[in-house]
Amino acid sequence: MATSLGKASPPSDDKRWKIVAGTMRRHGYSRNALIETLHTVQKSFGYLDRESLRFVAHSLRVPLSKAFGVATFYHFFTLKPPGEHACIVCLGTACYIKGAPQLLTEVEKSFGIKPGETTPDGRVSVLTARCVGSCSFAPVALFDGDVAGKLGAPEMAARLRRWDRP
Amino acid sequence: MTPDQLSQIEADETASRQRIRHRLNVCLAAGCLSLNSDAIKKSLEAIVAERPLTESCQVKAVGCMGLCSRGPLVSVEPSGTLYQGVKSADSPEIIEHLSAGPVERLEISRQVPFFQRQVNVVLENSGRIDPERIEEYVAAEGYQALVQALTEMTPAEVIDQVSRSGLRGRGGAGYPTGLKWGTVAKAAGAPKYVICNADEGDPGAFMDRSVLESDPQRVLEGMIIAGYAVGASRGYIYVRAEYPLAITRLSTAIRQAKHLGLLGTQICNTEFDFDIDLRLGAGAFVCGEETALIASIEGRRGAPRPRPPYPAQSGLFSSPTLINNVETLANVPTIIRKGGDWYAGLGTAKSKGTKVFALTGKINCTGLIEVPMGMTLREIIFDVGGGVPEGHKFKAVQTGGPSGGCIPEQLLDMPVDYDSLAQAGSIMGSGGMIVMDDSSCMVDVAKYFMEFCMSESCGKCIPCRAGTAQMYDLLANISEGKASLGDLNMLEDLCDMVKHTSLCGLGQSAPNPVVSTLCHFRDEYLSHIEDQRCPAGVCPCSPPEVLS
Repeated sequence: MATSLGKASPPSDDKRWKIVAGTMRRHGYSRNALIETLHTVQKSFGYLDRESLRFVAHSLRVPLSKAFGVATFYHFFTLKPPGEHACIVCLGTACYIKGAPQLLTEVEKSFGIKPGETTPDGRVSVLTARCVGSCSFAPVALFDGDVAGKLGAPEMAARLRRWDRP
Repeated sequence: MTPDQLSQIEADETASRQRIRHRLNVCLAAGCLSLNSDAIKKSLEAIVAERPLTESCQVKAVGCMGLCSRGPLVSVEPSGTLYQGVKSADSPEIIEHLSAGPVERLEISRQVPFFQRQVNVVLENSGRIDPERIEEYVAAEGYQALVQALTEMTPAEVIDQVSRSGLRGRGGAGYPTGLKWGTVAKAAGAPKYVICNADEGDPGAFMDRSVLESDPQRVLEGMIIAGYAVGASRGYIYVRAEYPLAITRLSTAIRQAKHLGLLGTQICNTEFDFDIDLRLGAGAFVCGEETALIASIEGRRGAPRPRPPYPAQSGLFSSPTLINNVETLANVPTIIRKGGDWYAGLGTAKSKGTKVFALTGKINCTGLIEVPMGMTLREIIFDVGGGVPEGHKFKAVQTGGPSGGCIPEQLLDMPVDYDSLAQAGSIMGSGGMIVMDDSSCMVDVAKYFMEFCMSESCGKCIPCRAGTAQMYDLLANISEGKASLGDLNMLEDLCDMVKHTSLCGLGQSAPNPVVSTLCHFRDEYLSHIEDQRCPAGVCPCSPPEVLS
């Protein structure tokens, strides 16, 4: 089935698909734009789902298997919807030797979730990062994007508890 | 943009600066920003706006001043006063003291080894100029090198200066930059590309991030000069998606450079056209490897391919491609402006110039430093870095990230250059230096890096994919006190096999942390295996501590 350039129709009439289409158009619907486009999808929707991968793959004329391969190869992309709030614990070397593992133990103890998981009520996701580059303040975690440095386990639990209750 | 117009911008900027009596520079690089330095800037601005000072006092955002551990940092010009640990509440006092001498309780002397022992080339503007205003970069002699290269030099002369400087790749491998440029310039085929590798993946390293956040124009200028030298008309900066601030500042910098005609067509009224685009990485360490990076820019999985052909012959979109690291390119404008011979006067016989390091871990002054090559590790850690915090003893310094090694106390008097570090079983790497004290276990550190390499292995070649997993299992067993001496032998055999048979640098260097810790801290391994005891008390095999 021949498809004309970029004529795949978006999965829904959600306006965010226009932003995604904009990225593809800016790159002339080139296959090389796959990663750039997936960045836009994740920025707009928070994660990559089956529908969006299908739409992007179709629009850029990339086999779905390749799009899926790229989406799963890179750590930055996530296929699961994130929780309402995200806490990213840095596991860079400086953070590691200054106690980042203890922070994760604390999270597991207090909330019963491991890195990459979301609390059952969907409020809090805990993720890890390879290094966020704030090594001077190790150990570091990002709470919804805000960097908090020189963290101890009690402070970590307290910050998360603030999100726990509405 | 003509040279005259550039001089005009410089003159205007200098004149407007002279009209201002005091300038307050607030660090808004990632480190201080995470300590809310933007709020300090706002409160200073609010006070300045209320007082009739507006004409003679200016508050501005600058990049990293280096001493991140003492942040948030604010400096006052022209007096040169530097304040540490500033809070918004300190703002009124700082402003009251502008004409009355420094606020003593906040002041930190610049007459300390941390500042005195540094030589700044790459970081010369860092913490001094507003990274979001191209005019300030121009006023700091920015883009003079580009004008000089385009109007007075042939591409061959530019390459000659870079070769004479002795500059070697700052991404870690240390390949001579001039030689690389020459190869791409001579390569047949068009178009050619220049790629700036800003995929700083080493955990514990943030040099490139700071340069991009503090002085992005310098990197653009280096890239444009590189493009002119090798005959490319398009460049890409491959930057980590995890560095949002660096991405924002780079985008601003590119827009401003285009606006001034320093990027685009007919730059400086010459026939030379050059454009730069950003490409975001997506969190894959292997993409620091050049062929994997190219695959990623082409929208594919970041899997490396065998070389040759090298990217210089067949790289991005199968065209000749020059790939340089951020810091390498950031050295270029100064080399052209001051001459290759000037640069070659810094450093050692085989490692010229300066190197930026990120000092972190168990050290008093964590932050960013730039020192001449050849300074000893002891000087860097104990003089510049102020040594390890009281009550603990230095054990090792880790350089080169997951591809590097741990260097023990007895080798600290070694000069830091590419060759000495390689001899000690580590590598220069991109410049992360993580200091460890007696509370760190070397087996645990080796396990940490092996876990990293195992999960970052792209899976294309078997030695790396399977070998790192096997080595990780062995290290996990050792750390849990469940291994035998036979396991240790197998670990050593695997190190050798993975090192010599892997496809790319990731696998080839993955055993380094194990080999170097086995070489210098073998007793710690033996203690885990023979006595089921972790001397540092980190690993789970340690018996519970007895309370006295």
